[in-house]
Amino acid sequence: MSQYILRRLMIAIPSLLGISLVLFVVLALAPGDPFSELATNPNVPPEVQAALRAKFGLDDPIYLRYLHWLAAMAQGDWGFSFVSRVDVDTLILQRLPTTLYVVGSSQLLALLIAIPVGVYAATRPYSIFDQLANTFAFIGFSLPTFFTGILFILVFSVKLDWLPFVYTEVPGSGIKWAIEMIRQAIMPVMVLGLFQAASMTRFVRSAMLDVIRLDYVTTARAKGLGQAKVIVKHVMRNAMIPVVTLIALQMPAVFGGAIVTEQIFRIPGIGSLLISSILANDTPVVMAVTFVFACLVVLFNLIADVLYGWLDPRISFR
Amino acid sequence: MALLDIKGLKTHFTTDAGVLQAVDGVDISINRGETLCVVGESGCGKTVTAMSILKLIAMPPGKIVEGEIIFEGRDLVPLSSHQLDDIRAKEIGFIFQEPMTSLNPVLTIGEQIAESLRRHEAVTKKQALERTIDMLKLVQIPNAAGRVHHYPHQFSGGMRQRVMIAMALACRPKLVIADEPTTALDVTIQAQILDLLQDMKERFGMAVMLITHAMGVVAETAQRVVVMYAGKVVEEAPVDELFGNPGHPYTKGLIRSIPRIDLDAEHKTRLEAIGGSVPILINPPPGCRFAPRCKYAMSICTEKEPRLREIAPGHRMACHLGDAS
Repeated sequence: MSQYILRRLMIAIPSLLGISLVLFVVLALAPGDPFSELATNPNVPPEVQAALRAKFGLDDPIYLRYLHWLAAMAQGDWGFSFVSRVDVDTLILQRLPTTLYVVGSSQLLALLIAIPVGVYAATRPYSIFDQLANTFAFIGFSLPTFFTGILFILVFSVKLDWLPFVYTEVPGSGIKWAIEMIRQAIMPVMVLGLFQAASMTRFVRSAMLDVIRLDYVTTARAKGLGQAKVIVKHVMRNAMIPVVTLIALQMPAVFGGAIVTEQIFRIPGIGSLLISSILANDTPVVMAVTFVFACLVVLFNLIADVLYGWLDPRISFR
Repeated sequence: MALLDIKGLKTHFTTDAGVLQAVDGVDISINRGETLCVVGESGCGKTVTAMSILKLIAMPPGKIVEGEIIFEGRDLVPLSSHQLDDIRAKEIGFIFQEPMTSLNPVLTIGEQIAESLRRHEAVTKKQALERTIDMLKLVQIPNAAGRVHHYPHQFSGGMRQRVMIAMALACRPKLVIADEPTTALDVTIQAQILDLLQDMKERFGMAVMLITHAMGVVAETAQRVVVMYAGKVVEEAPVDELFGNPGHPYTKGLIRSIPRIDLDAEHKTRLEAIGGSVPILINPPPGCRFAPRCKYAMSICTEKEPRLREIAPGHRMACHLGDAS
């Protein structure tokens, strides 16, 4: 098992190298670089600009710059943000916990809704409950988060004034701080979580329905185990195999989707960092954040495979 | 009194095309310790009849619309699925057709046998495991104590069917329903599994309802035979009587379709087949359901449905042929 994971991590290295190369080239081809603002600044003489560009190696050929970046990355140097004037890794580490808090809670919410609803709907297909669940699921994943987000803000912040609509740094600690942290996270977590729950519910339901008709479920029924035990022990255990894989593989997309939500609620997370650094031509930060997303994709693929093998005894790690 | 007495059972399915009368007025009774074979082609309603006994058919679309299923003097039809849970596996065990798909792939076979024991009997986890190992030994699974922790995919088809038998017999039921237990297996394994079933039957003294479409299996194992066609019982007789003096043209056709190796070259004839196939049972025409395929069909056959009548002691058949009345 540990050998399998180690080997998978080794295989991940070339793919990460490839991803980083593509990212780097695309960013290098894009117009503008961290010093483009200097060019329009009349206070900076052209020779100073040229000297700075030369000093930071911005006029070197792409492959040299890439090798530079790679060598620095390998030593744990993620680069320096010209806009924020701090190291990129500090910047990311500042922002990451907020994103993980919001994304993690929304995934948890999505699971807490999707699994019971999907399972119950599958045990009573075409019942009123099932129809209602399906209808809400369709509405849920038809509405984009930027729409529901603004709708939530309008209703719960502007009209009812229950919740703050801008996510802020809350000073202090203790119960009050915790309550405030929860209060301001409610809307983004709901928006992201409900959107995820909608598609997950559909998936859980169809995975359950696939299994519920299989022969071994009839075998389990013939043992007189009772509906609840048959569903949980025999149906759910098997139906969760594809669901877990799907959720794990979806995680990177969830981080991507969080970018939009972070913008709406002004959450100081990694997504809004990406947007602001793209707008500010802060190439090192853009490069680092996109690379973190790439690592997440690779990591969750690995997690999906490990979980798959853990859930399904027919798969062995070799 | 019979152990199980099915009277006028009608199990229908609602489909988009109409009501499918899969089982349409079936009477079958099984005595204690008896082996009863139910034969017929695929699509004759054998499996639906068997599944109806423990309400294992999907409901909806299936529904028992009429009839009684009396087990030890108690009608099972009005019971809820929850009430039937006490009878399932404990009183009536079930062996399914497909050993490859009838075991849960993510649970060990030991767990799957033991859960039945733990459900119906007051045993500890340890006792359940011990009894499971004993059962595996009884069905001749080598190295039972080690194999009990293996998953279904680590067994061959024949071995899995042995596991299924162990599972069905774990709680010592009074009746075991085996739904084509050997159909998915190759011939040598088929013989082994049938021997094993016979063995188990002698050891535990339970009644066996064996569903099959192989007449060879019937001749070897049954005491009494019920022949089903298109959702109805067409003939019922003790096994020797049925093979020696078959009454219904369908039964005759089935018997003639058995390959014979005991005949010498001169007497060898082309193996006979029954032309056509089982009708789809949505809005069936009046009269005998076998009439369109029957060589002896008369005008009455498409008009009036033949009733089961006794033609010899214990031998009943539903055919207008030789019907004096």
